[in-house]
Amino acid sequence: MNLLATDIPYWGQSLLRVLGGLVAVLLPAGTIVYLFLFKMMSFMQSRLGPMEAGPYGSMQLLAEVGKWMQKEDLAPAAADHRIFKMAPLVVLVSTFLLVVVIPFGPDAWFTNFSVGVFYGLAVASISVLGILIAGWASANKYSLLGGLRAAGQLIAYELPMVLATLGVVIQAGSMNLQDIVVAQNTGEIFGFSGLGNPYIFTQFIGFLIFMIAVQAELTQAPFDMPIAESELVSGYMTEYSGFRFLIFFIAEFATAGVFALIASVLFLGGWGIPFEWFGWTSVDDVDNWMNLAGPVIMFTKMLVLTFIIMWVRFSFPRFREDQLQTFAWKILIPLALANTAITATLKVAF
Amino acid sequence: MTDLSDRQKLGYIASQAADARLNVELETEGMTLNIGPQHPATHGTLRIICRLDGEQVVWAEPSCGYMHRGYEKLTEVRTFPQVTTLVNRIDWLGSFANEVPFILAAEKLMEIEAPPRAQVIRTILFELSRIANVSLFLGDLGVQMGAITPVFIAFRDREYVLNLIESATGGRFHPNFDRIGGLKDDLPAGWIDETRQVMVKLREFCDIIEDLLFGNEIFQSRTRGIGIIPADIAKDYGLSGANLRASGVDYDLRRDQEIAMAWDKADFKVWTHPDGDSFARCWVRLQETRESCKIVEQLLDQIPAGPVMTKVPRIIKVPEGEAWVATENPLGVMGYYVVSKGDLGPFRVKIRTPSFNNISIVPWALKGVYVPDIITILASLYFILGDIDR
Repeated sequence: MNLLATDIPYWGQSLLRVLGGLVAVLLPAGTIVYLFLFKMMSFMQSRLGPMEAGPYGSMQLLAEVGKWMQKEDLAPAAADHRIFKMAPLVVLVSTFLLVVVIPFGPDAWFTNFSVGVFYGLAVASISVLGILIAGWASANKYSLLGGLRAAGQLIAYELPMVLATLGVVIQAGSMNLQDIVVAQNTGEIFGFSGLGNPYIFTQFIGFLIFMIAVQAELTQAPFDMPIAESELVSGYMTEYSGFRFLIFFIAEFATAGVFALIASVLFLGGWGIPFEWFGWTSVDDVDNWMNLAGPVIMFTKMLVLTFIIMWVRFSFPRFREDQLQTFAWKILIPLALANTAITATLKVAF
Repeated sequence: MTDLSDRQKLGYIASQAADARLNVELETEGMTLNIGPQHPATHGTLRIICRLDGEQVVWAEPSCGYMHRGYEKLTEVRTFPQVTTLVNRIDWLGSFANEVPFILAAEKLMEIEAPPRAQVIRTILFELSRIANVSLFLGDLGVQMGAITPVFIAFRDREYVLNLIESATGGRFHPNFDRIGGLKDDLPAGWIDETRQVMVKLREFCDIIEDLLFGNEIFQSRTRGIGIIPADIAKDYGLSGANLRASGVDYDLRRDQEIAMAWDKADFKVWTHPDGDSFARCWVRLQETRESCKIVEQLLDQIPAGPVMTKVPRIIKVPEGEAWVATENPLGVMGYYVVSKGDLGPFRVKIRTPSFNNISIVPWALKGVYVPDIITILASLYFILGDIDR
């Protein structure tokens, strides 16, 4: 790892990775909560949102965290205590494992897996496990229903997500996320390389399917059947309080951020800018300042994508469980399969 | 177990069959789920006991009375003018509409009638409280299905109506403005113009809700064909109001009965819907809000001059007799059967509230639906807890 043209010792690298991981998970989560959950939602609903804590309510999140930390860590008497307490951590771990494969710059990455896409999709489904055991261990009928719904939904939407990603993998010819970024930024559209070739143009259907599947994976409206506060009283989260609820809460929005980062890597060109602009030809040519500019570019793209996710969330009513499954199995999966087949055919043809 | 009606017998057989299917045929175990008494979907303390097979309801029963406040009994120890304060709190979203039928019943016993100006103002306030009630329903509908934005729009625009009611009566939620023989006060200056402007805003609100919610594909797929109540079943269970009209029964007491109110002076349409499903019930209510705006606008042009109070004795004693007056309230037919023995207060008052009858269809309507549909059906049946339990 040769970040900013200095050789960093191994312990330094490890420290940087840990701190970077925390920042990469918590910073998007905090930004999303403040910017979208507190403010954007309020403006959509003709109100101001938090205004008292800090200038323009910007410290509200800290106040909320402080409030949650003080609350008693309750568990129902009939709950399976060890598993009940473990569940939120399992969900959060999935988020941290997911952020590991995302490249933020030519050298600013945590790990450079050759099968990064495969790994990412695999660890993303760990959160299902956390949600299922949270629902089951709560010893609450609403939680159980919520947990079962979540399991059914997340498994159903994992498939279109994988198939949508497959189109990108076929087009880039690699499962390494860094290679996918480079392939997009060195690519050209009909001989014009000034824009690179972000796969959102060629894989537009894949992008749509991916975003819909992300919405479902995050259990956000219109796919928030597992939480459904008006019928299941927040489903698997019903019995959680204090910092365990906080962890669920952070994990929900951090995962939204991380999925948006992955979507921007797969479809929007990731940290890169079209290499043509500065005359770079491969990732080794890229100037070192991209290690600083890259994360900013990623963050901007993440905000755009999470804005769309939240916009949909605040506007739509929710599907019913059977409609949700019908949508996944009868519409999204055939569409994603067709997209993959067409991409593969065109890849071979050209 | 005597005197079971055929339907009760059939229901019993059906539930036995469902149990048998659960325990024998599939060898699965049913789950009993208590929705409520404290549950966001019941907006109050209604409890619905459901037996579930997976996510499907095999048997459901509403259990009410958690918020019983004994208003029928309390009226017996109040004087006639004091009763309006109590009955105000039955349907707390459209309070003024609760006072009117009771006052009309008392006036009927005393054989007096409010002056024409008071009748028109009464009708206007009645329709305003209908708008205040139903506009919240239209917003709340979204929340029940996970769309959180419409309810804030509903609260914002409902505020205009509440401000109107407040400036005319002095009370936002519980006006307590109706008096035997007329009204407490005349309208404040400038109120009529203000009301016209608010009605324009409320029409816009209806358009927004129609765009935002009724035009949404997910909303339609969640409500169309869900919770169908045929016309004859609706009549059998004594449904009233928009729930009855959504089943295709053209029945509206505002139009269908002679009463000392000013509805006959307004030209309005009673909307019905042939489907009888959840969507129909919601849609009929949306149209009714528009019709109410229309009624208010028409009546604002027709307020006659004159007093708002007839001559009544300072201490009101109602002559001996019995009277029944029902009106078309925001939730449905609300009626008071007042028995007077010639005292200061009523001897006995029986209150017929629409929500109590409307939720009696819950066991019938919920059989075989999925858990998420319980919420949409309950939301579309639209009850107020105070109106069920009194």
